[in-house]
Amino acid sequence: MPRYENLAVGDELPAQSFPVDRADLVRYAGAAGDFNPIHWNERFAVQVGLPNVIAHGMFTMAQAIRVVTDWAGDPSAVVEYGVRFTKPVIVPDDGVGASIEVSGKISALLEDNKVRVELTAVSAGQKVLGRSVAVVRLL
Amino acid sequence: MPLDQSFVGRTYPPTASYEVGREKIREFATAVRDLHPAYLDPEAAKALGHPDVIAPPTFPVIIAIPAAYQAVNDPEFGLGDSWVVHGDQRFVYQRPMRAGDRIECVVKIEAIKSIAGSDMITLVSELRTVEGEPVCTAYGLFVVREDTSAKNGGADKAEAGES
Repeated sequence: MPRYENLAVGDELPAQSFPVDRADLVRYAGAAGDFNPIHWNERFAVQVGLPNVIAHGMFTMAQAIRVVTDWAGDPSAVVEYGVRFTKPVIVPDDGVGASIEVSGKISALLEDNKVRVELTAVSAGQKVLGRSVAVVRLL
Repeated sequence: MPLDQSFVGRTYPPTASYEVGREKIREFATAVRDLHPAYLDPEAAKALGHPDVIAPPTFPVIIAIPAAYQAVNDPEFGLGDSWVVHGDQRFVYQRPMRAGDRIECVVKIEAIKSIAGSDMITLVSELRTVEGEPVCTAYGLFVVREDTSAKNGGADKAEAGES
């Protein structure tokens, strides 16, 4: 686990790229119990005005925090995590799918060995999460 | 149609308890492609000081979203044929959720706002063990959509998608 005393505002966490395809969305729908057809049915998604099937916002939220938990080592170091769902992650049925690029940097050093991390999540050139912030308690 | 502000502060009874299981955590972790050993292997979790495998940070949504349906589907609240999209979500963790926890959830309507003709509802969900130990507080903002085409097309009224 990174040590609090070695960190500074502006430090970057290792960025990661997370692939997502239609099978991921079906698997997530089952695991999370969210079967809204906009996440698996292209005909339906288009009918309600979306460009294509979109990922669950909560799936994207789960991917983004990986940059923090992988860096921290112990996922329970995350004591707070929030996001705003700004743009959908569009997942075409083209054999490739989409990817979510996530980066993070330390935006504040807090008391009790805690740091605030601001995350950026981008898919197809669009920011898909806004106000994406985690508070992490370190040693 | 603006929502009735008098519903701010309404608190729903605790949900039936949800028992967190090792295999459900494994299923969820696999679905988000996050195979951290603390989610999968009790020994690895113990090495980090946890009594059993812990759940990934967004796992509590499995409990919090169905609990939120109580408010969204409350007939007195009057969302009627509207549907909602998930605008934002935040979790504050008192401790990691873990296998063996029996979790109940108390949902409160924290705020109702109307911005540019859209109603927005903020729900605060307290997730705690049946023994009363706080585990996680979930804050969800839901945007009400008057457009009923989605519902007529078969979507759930309360859904966890996004705009």
